[in-house]
Amino acid sequence: MLGLNSRDFKLFIIVCIMALAAPILLNPFPTASAMGESFNAGYPALMQRFVIFGILVIGFNILFGLTGYLSFGHAAFLGVGSYAAVWMFKLLSYNVVPAIILSVIVAGLFSVVIGYVSLRRSGIYFSILTLAFAQMSYQLAYSVFTPLTNGETGLQVYNDDPQILMGENSPTVPHFFGLEMNAQSVVDVAGWSFTFQNGYYLSAVFLILAFYLSIRIFRSPMGLMLRAIKSNQTRMSYTGINTKPYMLAAFVISGMYAGLAGGLLAAMDPLTGAERMFWTASGEIVVMAILGGVGTLIGPVLGAGIIKYLENIVSKINDGILHNWFAFMPDWLDNALVTIIHPFIGKGWHLTLGLLFMAVVIFLPGGLVQGGQKLGGLFRRKKTDDAADGAKTPAE
Amino acid sequence: MSKSNFSRRGVLKTGAIAGAGLAVPTYLRADGHAGFTNAPQGSTVKIGFNVPQTGPYAEEGLDELRAQELAVEHLNGMGDGGMMNTFSEKNLKGNGILGKKVEFVTGDTQTKSDVARASAQSMIQKDECIMINGGSSSGVAIAVQGLCQEAGVIFMAGLTHSNDTTGKDKKANGFRHFFNGYMSGAALGPVLEKEYGNERQAYHLTADYTWGWTQQESIAASTEALGWNTVQDVRTPVGAGDFSSYIAPILNSGADTLILNHYGGDMVNSLTQAIQFGLRDKQVNGKDFTIIVPLYSELMAAGAGSNIQGVFGSMNWNWQLQDEGTKAFVKSFGEKYGFPPSGAAHTCYVQTLLYADAVERAGTFNPCGVVEALEDFDFDGMGNGPTSYRGADHQCFKDVLVMKGTEAPTNQFDTLEIVEVTPRAQVEYAPDHPMFAGGDLGECNPGA
Repeated sequence: MLGLNSRDFKLFIIVCIMALAAPILLNPFPTASAMGESFNAGYPALMQRFVIFGILVIGFNILFGLTGYLSFGHAAFLGVGSYAAVWMFKLLSYNVVPAIILSVIVAGLFSVVIGYVSLRRSGIYFSILTLAFAQMSYQLAYSVFTPLTNGETGLQVYNDDPQILMGENSPTVPHFFGLEMNAQSVVDVAGWSFTFQNGYYLSAVFLILAFYLSIRIFRSPMGLMLRAIKSNQTRMSYTGINTKPYMLAAFVISGMYAGLAGGLLAAMDPLTGAERMFWTASGEIVVMAILGGVGTLIGPVLGAGIIKYLENIVSKINDGILHNWFAFMPDWLDNALVTIIHPFIGKGWHLTLGLLFMAVVIFLPGGLVQGGQKLGGLFRRKKTDDAADGAKTPAE
Repeated sequence: MSKSNFSRRGVLKTGAIAGAGLAVPTYLRADGHAGFTNAPQGSTVKIGFNVPQTGPYAEEGLDELRAQELAVEHLNGMGDGGMMNTFSEKNLKGNGILGKKVEFVTGDTQTKSDVARASAQSMIQKDECIMINGGSSSGVAIAVQGLCQEAGVIFMAGLTHSNDTTGKDKKANGFRHFFNGYMSGAALGPVLEKEYGNERQAYHLTADYTWGWTQQESIAASTEALGWNTVQDVRTPVGAGDFSSYIAPILNSGADTLILNHYGGDMVNSLTQAIQFGLRDKQVNGKDFTIIVPLYSELMAAGAGSNIQGVFGSMNWNWQLQDEGTKAFVKSFGEKYGFPPSGAAHTCYVQTLLYADAVERAGTFNPCGVVEALEDFDFDGMGNGPTSYRGADHQCFKDVLVMKGTEAPTNQFDTLEIVEVTPRAQVEYAPDHPMFAGGDLGECNPGA
């Protein structure tokens, strides 16, 4: 259906359901319970990040997963997209449509330039070139281009900006033809409270479209060509195929995905800063892709979700919360457990992430998707075949 | 290739479920019944401490966190009450805020605007915090301040020294207790004149971002008013690590004074390298070469070690002050953690109490009530002498300390000594001063 084979279609439907029902799925615990206060992730700001970074890494995966070219400067396109979007807010109005369109276009043009230069080299040289360009963009945005980027303080919309398309009664927050991004309805069901926000659903729709496009690219002749480049680019050249246009196309598509993600970030929260382009941000994208599973369809979304979850949820657990959990235990046991867990929570979330990353790289080189497949394999041996696909995409 | 799996029964079933799903929102919670975002429910109130726990300013952030935890203890009636006993207002009784027990959540800003905003959003949307406090770096403060304005909660900025925070980026829901670049310049001026005279050639090394620029502008303005000449202002990249290529040209520039507009690790590195180049042993224009670091912190002083001896700078507050408020705070902080608090810790502690007191006086948690209670509010007993929050830009006005690196330290905390307490009148400026002009405070926003 939709031009997908049945396996891909199933995966696509799963992603659709996960994206649309996220406000419910990510709130597994009652809101007021101790577990809910610590582990529920179903609040709009975090869900937006799940899907926006999902889009970013899906795009990155088209380049890295298919061609094996490791771009270490992808955050630059994210940042450029964000700046373009915020400038649209400043000059035109808070409508997100021109902002998102321009962010994709600008990121696309920017990636043509960087791609054209960087793709003259391959392997580590390519990575270093992209890294250099991204760091250059960061430094320029941080200081030299301050009139354009507002430097360290970050670009934001001021009351005295031109905003020439702003009417008398136009909303003063980003909106989609009047539908305000931060408007939400809260549904209380028993002890649970679910928040459905416009901004999240706009991002979720883009995620679904981006995911669909990525499946089509993976299964297209061009996808096959990109995979061929990954397995042996020299042989491709010897057979007389000019691989450069394909590479550049993949790079630009991937850059436009990043631009879209940047535009959406700005649309959800109309402010952007240079550190969005910093090399650690680029590194994070690589880690997300590897954690989830490079070259798989669903892997990038999972990887992005897990990292954003750790960053936002685990980093907020502090000793006080731990003591609450273990309050029923005898004091010495409580204190001992808190001492053991302490390095892994709060500011130690990097450590948790690092251990998780090491475990994945060592035991599951194919990322979490490989883990899912192994799990699926266990089920398959015991039961009939039809349980297999569900286990492939563990909901987190 | 495509084959339809839809049966009549399936469509009906799905339709019924979807219909039921759409009907659910009719049981909408009466959100916003209290008229403002995150109105506290039940017997507790939650505030968010958003500080860098990792990254370059982690030390400052963790110290802020300690002070904030101490403030919550005091508000809830535990511990010795600290500055609540010396505060000129007596509304805080140790029974929380408006009788509600204070709880807090913590977050890690990593000194990155995006992360700080994500963390603040989670505090507002998930934990239902009524106020966000703390942070380090002006970029982050300005970013989070904007967010809080949109969301309709109060923001009390932590360590932020840039003029812009209460200048062109000021917001009605944001307040700053810390001092700023202009105040540093105004306080340092007279001391420098007394110490080094009126004929100096100053060479600036400036961190290349907004904070560095505003501070450089402020310091240059106040030293030029003394008759000093600014030889050159060189911008250095943030986090450069190695400043030797910037320091070597100073020797041939004819300058006899080096002003380091750096903060944190950058300042430690640039100062150390300047000393290693032997700048301070030089004689230029018949005067001893001298170095000035306009913004000091205890953590920087500790990092720079003996290099800091005799170097002038300014601070918002220091634990060595001898007033009752400072003594009470240093005592309870010291008893709990075993070392004296930093200036950043003091600011965050004081702000937590000030917020609580403003809520008590307003009689409501509504941000607009709190803003009204804090605007043009005069108080005393919080370690800085008589202090007031100006309504026009939400900047706090108080005495500024001029500090000098201790020449002969007696213990590891004895790194800085107080040279002068610059009276408040000397560091005041008009809200529309050119260095602060262009912003718009806007209306207070109570949110939903």
